[in-house]
Order: sequence, then C-alpha cells, then structure tokens
Amino acid sequence: MAVRVQAAPFDLGAEVTAFAEGRTDLGAVVTFTGLVRADGGATAMEIEHYPGMTERAIAAIADEAARRWSLGDVLVIHRHGRMAPGEAIMMVATAARHRADAFAAAEFLMDYLKSRAPFWKKELGPDGAAWVAAKDADESALERWSGGT
Amino acid sequence: MSLDVLYFAWVRERIGLPKERVETGADTVSGLVDELVAREERYAAAFADRSALRVAVDQELADFDAPLTGVREVAFFPPMTGG
Repeated sequence: MAVRVQAAPFDLGAEVTAFAEGRTDLGAVVTFTGLVRADGGATAMEIEHYPGMTERAIAAIADEAARRWSLGDVLVIHRHGRMAPGEAIMMVATAARHRADAFAAAEFLMDYLKSRAPFWKKELGPDGAAWVAAKDADESALERWSGGT
Repeated sequence: MSLDVLYFAWVRERIGLPKERVETGADTVSGLVDELVAREERYAAAFADRSALRVAVDQELADFDAPLTGVREVAFFPPMTGG
C-alpha cells in the first residue's frame, strides 16, 4: 500500500504500469483519476491540506478498504497547491484477484477521500476566488458503506 | 496548559493566521472555542456557526465536546473537499 501527498504532477500512465507490476496473483486493477474542471470559467484550482493529518487520514481509509475487501495492493496519490483545468488532482488504484473487490474498494476510497481526508479546494475564476463548498451528497455517500460488507 | 491551534481554508483566512500557540484553561474543544471567541471579533466571526466547522484533535477528527487533557494540537476547518 502506498500513499503519496505531493504538489508535483504525476504520470498517470507510469503509475498504473508500475502498480502491481510483476504480481501474478492479481487479476484486476481498477483506477480512478480526478481532474480539475473549468466550471464557470475557472482558471485554476488551489488545494490546501493539513500536512501530517492528511497522510494519516488517507492511510486509515486505505487500511479500512483492505480490511473490508480482499486487495493485493492500493495506491493513493493526492496533489495539493495550484493546478490548471485539465490537470489531474489525484488518483486511486486498487488491485485484487477479482474485479468486484477492486471496483468496490476504489469507490469506497473515493467516497471517503472526498469528505474525510483534510483537503480544501479553492476555485479561481473571472469573479475571484471561492472555497468549494462540501456537498450533502458527499456526506450521504458514506452511508451506503456503514452497513458493512 | 498550552497547545498548538491550527486553522485551515476560510477559517484560516478569517482569523488571519495558520497556527498559533494558545494558553488555555479549557477542558474541552468547546471551552477552547469560547475562550478564542472572547478574545477578538475575528475569532467570533470565524466561529459564529460551529455547525459549519469540523475539528481535529491531535490529527484525528473529533467532536467539539472532546476533552483537551494531554492534547498537543487542535485544528479547526470547514468540511473537507478532497478527491
């Protein structure tokens, strides 16, 4: 399992290629990549985070995913700082023997990263800068996991 | 007792600093907030609606009624928007 919190861009292709490379016991790799949208003419996004807590929170979420599903490996990369529309903000990759575990774990990771990892997005656009508000839907997305699996 | 208090996102902007060392006699996070609010208007503005804020105690999410005994670091921030 690997968690990386960084300002620098990452090479999605290289990360996916290297992920679970050489493992012959795993039949499925699922990846998700989050990109900056140019909503309302936004020209940039700035992401603030809580160094120290961020890494701990993501590791705890990944540990929980590994406890719930049979996973061969997990990778989470999340960027902070300033990025332009179209740039990748973050990625998760999950590897498992079978795809059901890999898909479910990737969705779980995304739902929890949205509202339980200490990142805050600010959009910069023609009307100035504004903090992105959390959505009620992000919180309710966690409820589907509360019954256990 | 003294501890580090951290602020993020618009809480940081409203208070005007990212981190400070605070001397407190409070037993809980709520008590600490009461002390901060009594200091200056910018704290009162930042903490006006506590339901809009989240708190972490020693880098773990916590509630406002969490005790401060032995705590080194308390952070205040709006709901997180990662992913």
